[in-house]
Amino acid sequence: MLNYLINGISLGSVYAIIALGYTMVYGIAKMLNFAHGDVIMVGGYISFCATSYLGLPVIPSVLLSIFVCTVLGIVIERLAYKPLRAATSLAVLITAIGVSYFLQNAALLIWSSNPKAYPNMVALPPLAIGNTQISAVSLVTIIACIVIMVALTLFTNKTKMGKAMRAVSEDKDAAQLMGINVNATISLTFAIGSGLAAVAGVLLCSAYPTLMPTTGAMPGIKAFTAAVFGGIGSIPGAMLGGILLGIIEIFGKAYISTQLSDAIVFSVLILILLVKPTGLLGRKISEKV
Amino acid sequence: MRKLSKSARNSFINYGIVLVFFLVFQIMLSMGKLSSSFSGQLIPICTYVIMAVSLNLVVGISGELSLGHAGFMSVGAFSGVVMASCIQNVVGPSWLRLALSILVGALCAAVAGTIIGIPVLRLRGDYLAIVTLAFGEIIKNVLNCLYVGVDSHGLHISMKDAVSLGMEADGITIINGPMGALGIRKISTFISAVVLVLIVLFIIQNLVNSRSGRAIKAIRDNRIAAESCGINVMKYKMMAFVVSAAAAGAAGALYALNYSTVVPKKFDFNTSILILVFVVLGGIGNLRGSMIAAAVLTVLPEMLRQFQDYRMLIYAVVLILVMILTNNRRAKDALGRIKDTVFRRNRLQEADK
Repeated sequence: MLNYLINGISLGSVYAIIALGYTMVYGIAKMLNFAHGDVIMVGGYISFCATSYLGLPVIPSVLLSIFVCTVLGIVIERLAYKPLRAATSLAVLITAIGVSYFLQNAALLIWSSNPKAYPNMVALPPLAIGNTQISAVSLVTIIACIVIMVALTLFTNKTKMGKAMRAVSEDKDAAQLMGINVNATISLTFAIGSGLAAVAGVLLCSAYPTLMPTTGAMPGIKAFTAAVFGGIGSIPGAMLGGILLGIIEIFGKAYISTQLSDAIVFSVLILILLVKPTGLLGRKISEKV
Repeated sequence: MRKLSKSARNSFINYGIVLVFFLVFQIMLSMGKLSSSFSGQLIPICTYVIMAVSLNLVVGISGELSLGHAGFMSVGAFSGVVMASCIQNVVGPSWLRLALSILVGALCAAVAGTIIGIPVLRLRGDYLAIVTLAFGEIIKNVLNCLYVGVDSHGLHISMKDAVSLGMEADGITIINGPMGALGIRKISTFISAVVLVLIVLFIIQNLVNSRSGRAIKAIRDNRIAAESCGINVMKYKMMAFVVSAAAAGAAGALYALNYSTVVPKKFDFNTSILILVFVVLGGIGNLRGSMIAAAVLTVLPEMLRQFQDYRMLIYAVVLILVMILTNNRRAKDALGRIKDTVFRRNRLQEADK
């Protein structure tokens, strides 16, 4: 029971880290970045190559993967999304899907479709509390999630850049009038989101060590669900949504049915949205006539 | 001759396009000029045309972003296959079996559409989109665990495995969980596919141009204003959603009966997105655009065969470029200027003459 709970929180922490990327980008650019899941996959592959082919130790390879994904995020934003700043959200959505196809197929060409066995990045002994054992990966994942959460909250609340970010998400035009560089702020958001995706990629692949070009797709969708679950655009909401989703998934697998676990996760999402149509912590938007 | 209204003329042009498409390929087919890989694409093209047109009813006309359209397709596909297997030895002519299967597929998808529509259509915007996505995944997940068999006692359904169906010795398993439906008799034909396209087009175009269609569009343009004019928002949204689901179910049955096996995984999120891409590239709310985009984009990966491994990469780049070129203001201006200069030259030449 406790074991399931810890597994759930650990899986949920990964979802939460991914969901943060979704929710920040949504809050600022008002777009659903469907390519986010594939950035996770790229992060996984980069760290895999760094350790297996270049023989780098764990921490530099993770840093390398964060760096590459951050750059990738900025490049994607500049090339594909920036020209569409004024376009309808559906057009941007389709472009994001195009980027997602591109990343998946580029990975297919570079690394082939054969699944790669991901090395265990967290080679530490499991922690034993009483008669339950917590694997080191779960522990590191949960700690990483907490650290990221605290850092992000401090960043958005205390720093000037964070304040600019909140201002842009509130009202883009007014922020620009106040002398905030909107384009730079949006780029920064993509950079942070993609860097987080790299971390999530490493953690996800350490827990589920098969790496394929489609690895990021399903966790991406689930994390997106988590972001909506918690109220999209809200950082604590993404955290809460991610962790709840992870717990529901693991308990659904353990107690109800392994095959139907995804169906259970999505059913809970639908129930929540019926009761609270803007997610758990989402703001209610009143309509102007 | 009585002058046709603009919408009626538009509808007839669409029927004409479908008929020309049919005649051209039917003639090429009978002359043996089509490669086997291309002639195998004809029924999928018709299927995707129906899917795109029906999704456009929801996304374009009703203005709700749906990301789970493939779910209805899979409901239609599997119920259609079950129907076709059940009446295998009862109904003689294969076209009648196909028609009945498609009808059952459409009905089942319509029921699914009603059940899903009631909660989904209360939400708005991105939340609605994510719930349709969730329903699509739920349908896929449930069908993955579904086992259906038929024997002399009738249908047997189980969610556990094929053995627990408890069938007689003469029973046949129709749907085998994640393996999908096996041993389907291929009864779909190109002619029947084109007829189905025409029927669906007829229904959707008449709906769009009717009083109900105008109510649906009014809700899309301004829900509150429409409501205050006495339009029942829920009723008309449901109408668009259920008709669209039924059409997708019919397309699914047609699609499944063209192959010998169909797996639930075929109708996942990616298929829903694929259809959404057809709709957006063809022009939101433009049925003809959806038809053409669906046909072209279904064939495009085949035509890119010569690039082999790079074809999906090229597809992705084409997709991004088309979106940027059609939506970026600067790109649009540049295109407009090119068009202007070309046309002005033509006009000048005409004036010279």
